[in-house]
Amino acid sequence: MDVATLLPLIWAVLIGVAVVFYVILDGFDLGIGMLFPFAKDDAERDRMLSAIAPFWDGNETWLVLGGGGLLVAFPRAYAIIMPAFYLPVMVMLLALVFRGVTFEFRAMAQRKPFWNVVFAAGSTIAGFCQGLILGGLVQGIDIADGAFVGGPFDWATPFGLVCGLGVVAGYGLLGATWLMMKTGGDMARRAATKAKVLLLAVLVFMAAVSIFTPLEFPRISERWFVLPNLYYLSPVPILTALVAFAAWRFIAAQREVAPFLAAVALFLLGYLGLVISTFPYIVPPDLTIWDAAASPSSQTFMLIGTLVLLPFVLGYTALTYWLFRGKVGESAAYH
Amino acid sequence: MELDPILLARLQFAFTVSFHIIFPTFTIGVAAYLATLEVLWGWTGAERYKRLAAFWTKIFAVSFAMGVVSGIVLSYQFGTNWSRFSATVGNVVGPLIGYEVFTAFFLEATFLSVLLFGGDRVPRWLHVFSGVAVAVGTALSAFWILSANSWMQTPVGYTMQSGVAYPADWFAIVFNPSFPYRLAHMLNASLLTGGFVVLAVGARYLLANRHVEESHTMLRMAILLTAVLAPLQLIIGDQHGLNTLAHQPTKVAAMEAHWDGSRPGDFEIFAWPDEKTESNLFSISIPHGSSLVLTHEWNGLFPGLKDVAPQDRPPVKNVFFGFRIMLAIGFYMIAAALFGALLWWRGRLFETRWYLKIIANTWWVGFVAVIAGWVVTESGRQPWIVQGVMRTADAISPVPAGSILTTLILFVLVYLTVFSFGAYFISRLITRGMVAAEHPEKTPRLATGHPTFES
Repeated sequence: MDVATLLPLIWAVLIGVAVVFYVILDGFDLGIGMLFPFAKDDAERDRMLSAIAPFWDGNETWLVLGGGGLLVAFPRAYAIIMPAFYLPVMVMLLALVFRGVTFEFRAMAQRKPFWNVVFAAGSTIAGFCQGLILGGLVQGIDIADGAFVGGPFDWATPFGLVCGLGVVAGYGLLGATWLMMKTGGDMARRAATKAKVLLLAVLVFMAAVSIFTPLEFPRISERWFVLPNLYYLSPVPILTALVAFAAWRFIAAQREVAPFLAAVALFLLGYLGLVISTFPYIVPPDLTIWDAAASPSSQTFMLIGTLVLLPFVLGYTALTYWLFRGKVGESAAYH
Repeated sequence: MELDPILLARLQFAFTVSFHIIFPTFTIGVAAYLATLEVLWGWTGAERYKRLAAFWTKIFAVSFAMGVVSGIVLSYQFGTNWSRFSATVGNVVGPLIGYEVFTAFFLEATFLSVLLFGGDRVPRWLHVFSGVAVAVGTALSAFWILSANSWMQTPVGYTMQSGVAYPADWFAIVFNPSFPYRLAHMLNASLLTGGFVVLAVGARYLLANRHVEESHTMLRMAILLTAVLAPLQLIIGDQHGLNTLAHQPTKVAAMEAHWDGSRPGDFEIFAWPDEKTESNLFSISIPHGSSLVLTHEWNGLFPGLKDVAPQDRPPVKNVFFGFRIMLAIGFYMIAAALFGALLWWRGRLFETRWYLKIIANTWWVGFVAVIAGWVVTESGRQPWIVQGVMRTADAISPVPAGSILTTLILFVLVYLTVFSFGAYFISRLITRGMVAAEHPEKTPRLATGHPTFES
């Protein structure tokens, strides 16, 4: 394999990993925002915020890395995807602005209900927009001469709506299981009740996407239902079913850490399914990772930096999660 | 009326980037101050440094959060609004932004969490280290983004192949000709901005007879910093200007409203540059002033605006007035800092109330100067997005004007809301004072106007 073939592959993996980190890490803290309206009282909301306050900024940095990474490694894909999802991207960013400042503002505000609403709405809208973008990407983007030529509302389809709701449910599940891990007692039990409902919702949305996409898009059914792919790929849905079953059991048994890990595994499997459906297209249905790749010099220059710096980034992330390990007490107020 | 997507996209970017730059400017300065306080605390163990650090950490946290969220927006706008820019020069600019994320953002996020939430969980050395790490992170962030911006001003180290820029020499790209000047100018501006805010807060407390010991520390530290850096900024700015004259002479011509390059340039103290008649109205000027500054000769010549075609000229008024605002504030800063140093030397700094009143009310000067300076350099680059390589009009995304207008309105509404709350909360943090920074629940309300919780 020559460099021009290998480099885009490496970068696709790296960006894929960054997206996974983002979705799981910011997923649970966005999810906790979505659960805000269903909290018992403001004391419980304080604990919910304390469970994510030291982590959210680092978590959101993976979003910048995902977007920045796309610009670095696949500028042509970046230049198509961003205009194609102009409105959902912008609305997502504005929602993130609102919810991001809530961490500081709510702690200082006298009127907490206002910021409760802002935090819940911002988190939910951001997650929903991310789902719309995901759905729109799987559907494919109209391009000509390497530029986006579709309309401003191409992403607004029933399938996009399903993906948006699916991501909201999924983030909610991550958030609820995170609370099971970081809190205890009644609060963890209430989180478990919510986690059950959300798990069922996630499974419904995953099933809907899995049935709809091969029916609607021949390229996806050809990937999955052609021999011998069918044999290689059949473990994915089987594993998903097993993990879903395990997640249900863990939640029902009030386990502390296992429900969150099962929710993460569920996300990883769903993500793997989408990767199988779309690879090697970075902008389905036309543009592959090789078509969209930056010059080998750019990819190499950044790869060297990544190899040197990624261990530091992972180290910082690990440090934060280790320093702020353990449960959030009932009296824990935000700093 | 037909909406112009280029104008709307430019307005949107100008708005979001101007809003954003306020926060990094401030947080770079305050982070350096925090790091100094943390180190002094670690070294001397004096409680006042710890109290000051805790107080400024709260203010830092609010500003940093607003900087983070408004910065994420920018990292996506390169694609949403300027996709042709990204496709054309992404090979060159992309990795610079990538390095910023990797070297700076994660570092800042992690160690800010330690500063904010570490409390008793972390040893003192880690607290001090975190203060330094956050400051280093903010400076690294400035390094990479200014490298990218400077490359757009003075692009080198690349080749164009079928309309796309390919990197040829990364060292030349990162350390492009205007970068060292712009980096020094901006970092110094950030320190000065932070310095004048610290000065103002110290003066305000001293005037109210609150936190007297801490006020003295703040005033001394800030006077020391600004008395050195404000005059230094004049020298850096002058060098930056000479560098700009060498690489972007049209920008300098617009800064000076210098139309005719065949004649020596006067320095316009005030004028109304008129692009139709290609002359300055209502001019009050120092004869040959610009020639002296830029060429160090009485009759020195430098290019004028008429040396390029009208469609290749920047919007002269933005550049001209932006430059004057920045310059006026720069001179104010030098005067205020040096006069403060003189008072300190005479032993009257803490008693000269009229001086304290003035500096208590000029906390904002750095912010205005920074925005004015960015207007000069960014408007001055027009009509190019990458000087000589790509025009701004060719860089825009294939997005309908309606989408851009809608999101522009949303940005204005959201940012003004967030900004108002942020300003309100920061001003309340300052009003509440230092005890409040550590124990907000124990703080008496200030509604009575009698701040009595000194301890």
